[in-house]
Amino acid sequence: MNEHRLPEPYGLHLDRTRPLSCTFEGVRVQGYAGDTLMSALLSTGQHLVSRSFKYHRPRGPITMAGLDANTYVQNGTEPNALADRILLAEGLVANAQNVSGSLKGDRDRWIQHVSKFLPVGFYYKAFYKPKGIWGFWEKIIRAKAGLGKVDQSTPHSYHDKAYLFADVTVIGGGPAGLSAALEAAEAGCEVVLVDDQPLLGGSLNSGRDSETGGGDKRVTEGERLRKALAEQPKVTILTDARCTGWFSDNWLSIVCGRRLYKLRAGQVVLATGALEQPMVFRNNDLPGIMTGTAVQRCLRLWAVKPGRRAIVATCNAQGYAAALDLADAGTEVAAIVDLNPEPYDCPERRAAQARGLRILPGHTVWEARADGSKNRLGSATLRGLNAAGEADGAEERIECDVLAVSIGFTPLAQLLCHAGGRLIYNEALAGLKVDHVPEGAFVAGAVNGAYDLDTVLAEGRHAGWAAAQAAGFKDRKSPGKPQKTAERVNHPWPIFPHPEGKDFVDIDEDQTVADIHNAIADGFEHLELMKRYTTVGMGPSQGRTSALNAVRITARANGGSPAGYTVTTQRPPFVPESFGHLAGRAFDPERLTAMHERHLELGAQMMPAGLWWRPGYYGPERERAEAIRAEAEAVRRNVGLIDVSTLGGIDVRGPDAREFMQRLYTFNYLKQPVGKSRYLLLCEETGTISDDGVGCCFADDHFYVTATTGGADGVYRSMLRWNAEWNLDVDIANVTAAYAGVNIAGPNSRKVLETLESDLDFSAEGFPYLAVREGTLEGIPVRAMRVGFVGELGFELHCPAGQGEALWDLLMKAGAAQGIRPFGVEAQRLLRLEKGHIIIGQDTDGLTTPDEASMAWAVGRKKPFFLGQRAILVREREGTDRKLTGFTLPMRAPLPEECNLVIRDGEIAGRVTSASQAVGVEAIIGLAYVHPKDAEPGTTFKIKLSNGSMVEATAAAIPFYDPENKRQEL
Amino acid sequence: MPFGLLKYGLSKEYPARRQFPASSEMKDRYDVVIIGGGGHGLAAAYYLAKVHGITDVAVLEKGWLASGNTARNTAIVRSNYLTPEGVHFYDESVKLFEDLSNEFDFNILYSKRGHLTLAHTDAALRTARWRAEVNKHLGVRSRLIYPDEIAEICPQLNMSRDVRLPILGALYHEPGAIARHDGVAWGYARGAFERGVHIHQQTEVTGIETDNGKVSAVQTNRGRIKCGQVIQAVAGMSSEVARLAGFKLPIRSIPLQACVSEPVKRFLDPIVVSGSLHVYVSQSSRGELVMGGSVDPYTLYQARSTLDFKEGLMGHLLELFPFLSQMKVLRQWGGVADMTPDFAPVMGETPVKNYWIDAGWGTWGFKATPVCGKRMAETVASGKVPELLQPFALDRFDRFEQLGEKGAASVGH
Repeated sequence: MNEHRLPEPYGLHLDRTRPLSCTFEGVRVQGYAGDTLMSALLSTGQHLVSRSFKYHRPRGPITMAGLDANTYVQNGTEPNALADRILLAEGLVANAQNVSGSLKGDRDRWIQHVSKFLPVGFYYKAFYKPKGIWGFWEKIIRAKAGLGKVDQSTPHSYHDKAYLFADVTVIGGGPAGLSAALEAAEAGCEVVLVDDQPLLGGSLNSGRDSETGGGDKRVTEGERLRKALAEQPKVTILTDARCTGWFSDNWLSIVCGRRLYKLRAGQVVLATGALEQPMVFRNNDLPGIMTGTAVQRCLRLWAVKPGRRAIVATCNAQGYAAALDLADAGTEVAAIVDLNPEPYDCPERRAAQARGLRILPGHTVWEARADGSKNRLGSATLRGLNAAGEADGAEERIECDVLAVSIGFTPLAQLLCHAGGRLIYNEALAGLKVDHVPEGAFVAGAVNGAYDLDTVLAEGRHAGWAAAQAAGFKDRKSPGKPQKTAERVNHPWPIFPHPEGKDFVDIDEDQTVADIHNAIADGFEHLELMKRYTTVGMGPSQGRTSALNAVRITARANGGSPAGYTVTTQRPPFVPESFGHLAGRAFDPERLTAMHERHLELGAQMMPAGLWWRPGYYGPERERAEAIRAEAEAVRRNVGLIDVSTLGGIDVRGPDAREFMQRLYTFNYLKQPVGKSRYLLLCEETGTISDDGVGCCFADDHFYVTATTGGADGVYRSMLRWNAEWNLDVDIANVTAAYAGVNIAGPNSRKVLETLESDLDFSAEGFPYLAVREGTLEGIPVRAMRVGFVGELGFELHCPAGQGEALWDLLMKAGAAQGIRPFGVEAQRLLRLEKGHIIIGQDTDGLTTPDEASMAWAVGRKKPFFLGQRAILVREREGTDRKLTGFTLPMRAPLPEECNLVIRDGEIAGRVTSASQAVGVEAIIGLAYVHPKDAEPGTTFKIKLSNGSMVEATAAAIPFYDPENKRQEL
Repeated sequence: MPFGLLKYGLSKEYPARRQFPASSEMKDRYDVVIIGGGGHGLAAAYYLAKVHGITDVAVLEKGWLASGNTARNTAIVRSNYLTPEGVHFYDESVKLFEDLSNEFDFNILYSKRGHLTLAHTDAALRTARWRAEVNKHLGVRSRLIYPDEIAEICPQLNMSRDVRLPILGALYHEPGAIARHDGVAWGYARGAFERGVHIHQQTEVTGIETDNGKVSAVQTNRGRIKCGQVIQAVAGMSSEVARLAGFKLPIRSIPLQACVSEPVKRFLDPIVVSGSLHVYVSQSSRGELVMGGSVDPYTLYQARSTLDFKEGLMGHLLELFPFLSQMKVLRQWGGVADMTPDFAPVMGETPVKNYWIDAGWGTWGFKATPVCGKRMAETVASGKVPELLQPFALDRFDRFEQLGEKGAASVGH
């Protein structure tokens, strides 16, 4: 046991049977299980743990609650980790961050001595003359900016997520939260209780019992409540868990270990307590200066004595309690500085007096000074206050190594503000007060301004009961609303600006009183503007320790009272949450067709198509070009098989099916014969092409509609939307995933099919071009369609997805004798290009009209209405300055890339949308948008290649291959 | 130590220079009333005063200055658009941005970083090439690059092919930059107010009066103001304010969210965007990662934050930068984006005479601040819409004459 470590019963969190050690800044630190890195450091007498953001000033813990950024360290690969939340573990290696050299001798500490040259917003005021010089200065500033370091070798760590549900969720496991949870549970609710400490109890564990009776009430109440809750079967308790956000409809994010809980709560009771605020005076940031509650946490939770000789600055009972606790623990209390002109009257003060502690009413701390190490508080200069509260009285310097500050609290109501609550400065309380509580939310305890233990317990019970009522558990009798609620514990002006500065308001950002005053002088009078200009409240603690004083200073500088001021907007998360927690296991959904394994077995190179994976081509990557060519040739000369399962499939059924198709698509479907398919073109209301496919009429009241792979979901959504408006008698079902599909194509495709047992007649007469049939193939039910996308005799066969693999196997086996070859998307693209078929999204863009895409033939001219009709007619009338045309280049010419520009008189006239060396004809063929005058076959136009050179192409009629379409109609 | 800071260190009193006027008396008439005290409105006021000598101007802001989307955007500046109209327009903006710090005598921290738009699919690669080719042809430095070069420019990216969506290529736009968004608005505000423009904060427009089809006055919570001309620049509320003036806008308002991480030491220079993964990220000069994705999937006038935005964003971000799983989100927020059907803005005439519109900025309004302000000022001063703005006329939608910026705008910001 060293001199800083106290004996039991101090140290509620510690397991003294398990000593542990870790390394901080290369030095071994001993502690126990239950210690945090910070408490272990304190147990060696060290407060210094970090250096500040701007001035590299030495810093130690302020709150010991994981709520200030002074305890930020680099924990292995993790930057910006809170030393007062890192649980000590054997082998833990942590270091200080944002230091040049070592923590103790940071070479950048000189910066604080030139602070006058770095006024508020200094980076706005210089570094740009002469023009262009900012790039130079920025490098220097960026090298200094930032806190921790990202280690780029950090592995992607494992995180997961879980959902929780509760009738009532209680956030905060202190006296109010425990009482609320118990009350709600006893009313019959399912309760989730979330607390950020390892041991439930909050201030019951760390606070001092009142001097007037009750003895060890906090301890006994803590034990009673914990025990009672443990016996409640419907209570889930999450300890060491931090609620980070409260979103719409009581949707809470809770970080716990490596898990992110997402909790949907019926009602939420916020019992998060309040955070003691710093006092503003010169050098108020020296290590050793901490809040009174932080001192109490050090003592009771971790059994560390924060110093040998203390000063307590206070205006309330909390400060006197902290002083008594220090004295009990053997720290000499050199003085209690009471900001009130008359010492605050409370049992704690009387006890302090009785013990002979020196009390200095009407005084303040005017300045703190460092000890010889420069890294720790060494003494404090006190001054008397005049009637106006200004520190102009006699000075006294007292040596001390710890200064506990208890001058008031701010409710930890950030979460409530996420949910729509509001904090407003209340003059009577001299602090921020919860002003608006949204529906479904309840507040209790210190967050609601209550500090007296009995009141807090009663508020908790009442909030728990009220939340249960609101959740529908109405049988229980009200425990009664406490009479007294908010009490004043805050000093209205614990701010003592020093002529020499270093009187920090925002400790994260090194912003002083003068910085705020100067910002206001620069015109940033509005609190939000002041915040943005000074960065007060924008640091890692997001104003938790600065907002209250910033409001007071801003209001006074603006010549008014802070009454009615709200704090700047509180945004999630309440405390920083890791990317890993948010990402969770970070899996991306992907869709695999029924034949996926077969493609892999065949050596396919898979490519993404929306959420799907499709074979690009079959064979090794180095043989890409040859493979694509061979696959295309197989289709042209023999027979090929492609998996088309990813195409959208939508069933439109009902008496109005025809009418629905007629309105949605551009073509005519009213008289489409049963048993036939017809091309589909879908436009937006703006007349822009959005999708295409094939509509198969299987019955008067049944169309089976295909859509593009990427467009299927959009088409389905659009169908639902339009039918919501039209209200036609149709059922629309997206059956994309229900069907697998293949296209067997090539002059020998019929031969392959005819070897199979089927009730379908695949002969030219029995199954003409564009016919559709339903039947079976070796027992597999299929929807069969004769199509011609690739320009050869071909059949598309769709079967239930569960039988897709069997269908694939069947056809591959039956085709083996013919030498059937699977082909991928790349070969298909080439084959369709030879036929001049467009691919939506590749050969069209966000503005293409049917006319521009040379698809005017697919627009029904005599229809009374279809989607996009009005726009198409207007746009046709207005004319277009581009047209999609086929073009050719000699086989040996450089191959244009998709999206190379078409240039006409130096201006952009269009672009290449598809281009490839053909297999069916001897040329480079492609599609391009050109000026309408250049679209006439035989006209030449210029394409600008990626390297900037020009090549002349000749417009050509499409199809390039088999212009009479004889082959697909074999 | 730069020269500009010496006076702060050496003078006894802080040498303050007001960025905004203290609240001033509102006159009952101004030649020009600008509705909206964000970047765009302030820029228009600035150029009216500076270039055209028109200083009888009032800027009305319902909240605090630049508190709307100017405060919420992620401050990316680029000109790698898809249409020649867009490229010309934003290119002028980039050039103006480059001079702003010196023009304002106020550093807007304009930081040229290079802008990578990653392509993970064939389709994205095609669009990237399209944009590159258009940009190159128009003299803007953009090009399509492939994995080897991407890895050189941004070695932090996960170039593994063994991921759901491997990086196949990228559009690299060298002039891509970030700036201090608030600083831009503050600089314009000071320049305008020092030239005599009145800036009224906490002044909300509640009605717009017309006389014979011509705007005559605006009503506010602080009284009525007669005016000769009006510029409406109220991103996020455009349709609502236009409704007060009596016309409809083809705009849907959709929330767009963003977040920042805690500050860490510099490790990322370029701005990285992935449309397929709905992610964009840059590291600010303070060391924070500034991140966002695509717009929310619903229309809403409320800029609320959601959890699923962060979950989706981080899932995707960690695919690009797997080593960031221990980084932490510090703050998230939302704004409201005014989306037009063709993802291009609306500038110029409206059905109400002398009432000029500046709207439809979707997710890319910040980068247009200088050029839009300058050209809107020119419009008001001359009564004629300059050629550069003509393609963005409101009535293009009546004629179905759209600009095809979808490919360059979504997630691009």
